[in-house]
Amino acid sequence: MSLAARDITIGYDRKTISEHLDLVVPEGRITAIIGPNACGKSTLLRALSRLLKPSAGEVLLDGRDIHTRPAREVARRLGLLPQSSVAPDGITAAELVARGRFPHQRLIRQWSAEDEAAVVAAMAATGVTELSGELVDTLSGGQRQRVWVAMVLAQQTPIVLLDEPTTFLDIAHQIELLELCVRLNREQGTTMLAVLHDLNQAARYADHLVVMKAGAIVAQGDPRAVLTAELVADVFGLGCRIIDDPETHTPLVIPRSGVARRIG
Amino acid sequence: MSVDFGRRVLVVRPHRGVSGRLSVRPALVCLALLLAALATGVLALGAGEFTLTPSEVLGALAGEGTRAARLVVVEWRLPRVLLALVIGAALGLAGAVFQALTGNPLGSPDVIGFGTGAYTGVLVVTVLAGNGYYLVAAGALAGGLATAAVVYLLAHRRGVPGFRLIIVGIAVSAMLASVNQWFIVTVDLQAAFAAMLWGQGSLNGLGWAQVTPVVVTVGALGLLLIGYGPRLSLLEMGEDAAAALGVRVNRTRLAYLVIGVALTAVATAAAGPISFVALAAPQLAQRLTRTPGIALLPSAAMGACLLMISDFLAQRAFAPTQLPVGVVTVSVGGLYFVWLLVRQARR
Repeated sequence: MSLAARDITIGYDRKTISEHLDLVVPEGRITAIIGPNACGKSTLLRALSRLLKPSAGEVLLDGRDIHTRPAREVARRLGLLPQSSVAPDGITAAELVARGRFPHQRLIRQWSAEDEAAVVAAMAATGVTELSGELVDTLSGGQRQRVWVAMVLAQQTPIVLLDEPTTFLDIAHQIELLELCVRLNREQGTTMLAVLHDLNQAARYADHLVVMKAGAIVAQGDPRAVLTAELVADVFGLGCRIIDDPETHTPLVIPRSGVARRIG
Repeated sequence: MSVDFGRRVLVVRPHRGVSGRLSVRPALVCLALLLAALATGVLALGAGEFTLTPSEVLGALAGEGTRAARLVVVEWRLPRVLLALVIGAALGLAGAVFQALTGNPLGSPDVIGFGTGAYTGVLVVTVLAGNGYYLVAAGALAGGLATAAVVYLLAHRRGVPGFRLIIVGIAVSAMLASVNQWFIVTVDLQAAFAAMLWGQGSLNGLGWAQVTPVVVTVGALGLLLIGYGPRLSLLEMGEDAAAALGVRVNRTRLAYLVIGVALTAVATAAAGPISFVALAAPQLAQRLTRTPGIALLPSAAMGACLLMISDFLAQRAFAPTQLPVGVVTVSVGGLYFVWLLVRQARR
């Protein structure tokens, strides 16, 4: 199950965001894309998830151009949690999660035993089983996001892409969601690719870091090797010190203060 | 282990490759609506100058009773009842499709100008060629489709955001309404009168000749909708979410638009522009069934029921004067429309 971009040029209308991008998403690993606002990280994710067709080059899923393959076949290989989704009025959590089974269903096979098992497993994994019959409108932000993640999991794809999954979540729910990603990755070998804003979370949870600036990939690799004070200064324009995260021994970015008194 | 959907659900798996999930409440509501529509239909079949009791009507339908009764019920009155049911269902479906696509309860074909466009088509045909049934139908179809294409192209900008489509539709509709007025004051009196009559939306004077084409077309479009399965509900979750689940968004949306326009056009071609059924049916159905989002089948059942009852009222309320059913749906629907606008404004 491999996902790669080969020499792609992507953008909207006549505005080009990235040119000649190459990226191989490491199989069975967790990859995080980081970079400042408007650097093209979400656009890259949209291209990789075939929501955006590159104007040149191709996105390869299992070695074949993703746009030439049947849409539902792709949806059985690659799941995506988009940034903007609307839960229809009056839908319950379980009904929303069940919609993730669409790529596996046929006109006369709308609710097989496998569908049911997948929905049960996805809801258990995200801890929303007890919210099953609740209306999605009435859930809290964190609960709602977990229900959406459950919908993507119910799709049972070997590759899962997440577009800023932690936005709008409080810190506890952010960590919970990222730990869930790690668990899925370790238990089921799911390839994960997420756009993340928080450098420390990216460094802590990703096996592979992709750093973008102005539409280009400027660095990638193991967070321990990639995330340096020079890189953060160059890419984000932020002075910082990198220290060891005492919890996970991954790089921890500490922004320098221009105001506070520095001791030592 | 089974899933708690928060409502009563019936799971059917008669065979390994065949399975389905049915929410009990929507199914019961559909059944009740259809029964109400059929009951009204039986009353309508018995009512008129030649009055029959419901049991006489049922007898005549079964091929019993007097020859006169069978003639009146089957030959004269049954086509109108069938057309009310089928056209009502078509309007309900069309409204459901457009409201789901635009994500807005105002996004119905009568609001966004297809009815007005069909009327323009009919006026043009009446002026140029006269007014046979098929000419009028062709004019309505062409006018509706052309208006839909214009509205779609004007509103098109990287997909069709619902609100743009509605605003552009209302604007185009207003322009066409004045064109229609201009036609009516320009053409000769007889043509103008015929066109005006058509423009009110009425099932008067429809017979078996109209039943077959309408039933066949609406049936075929209905089958197409069934073939597309749950894609309409997936589109309601947003383009990205639908695409991620394997829906080809642009192609599918275009297909739904064409089906929705065709349903409206068939209904309009047969009976003229009947307002508010398409607007109200999906919303009323959703409130009764509590389905997530807009559902097709309940909308169709509600549309059939609404038009059947409206037409019965149109025929009987001021008997022997027969009102065009469009007048009834406009007066009842007008109230609903005001309520809807007030509710939307409060959000």
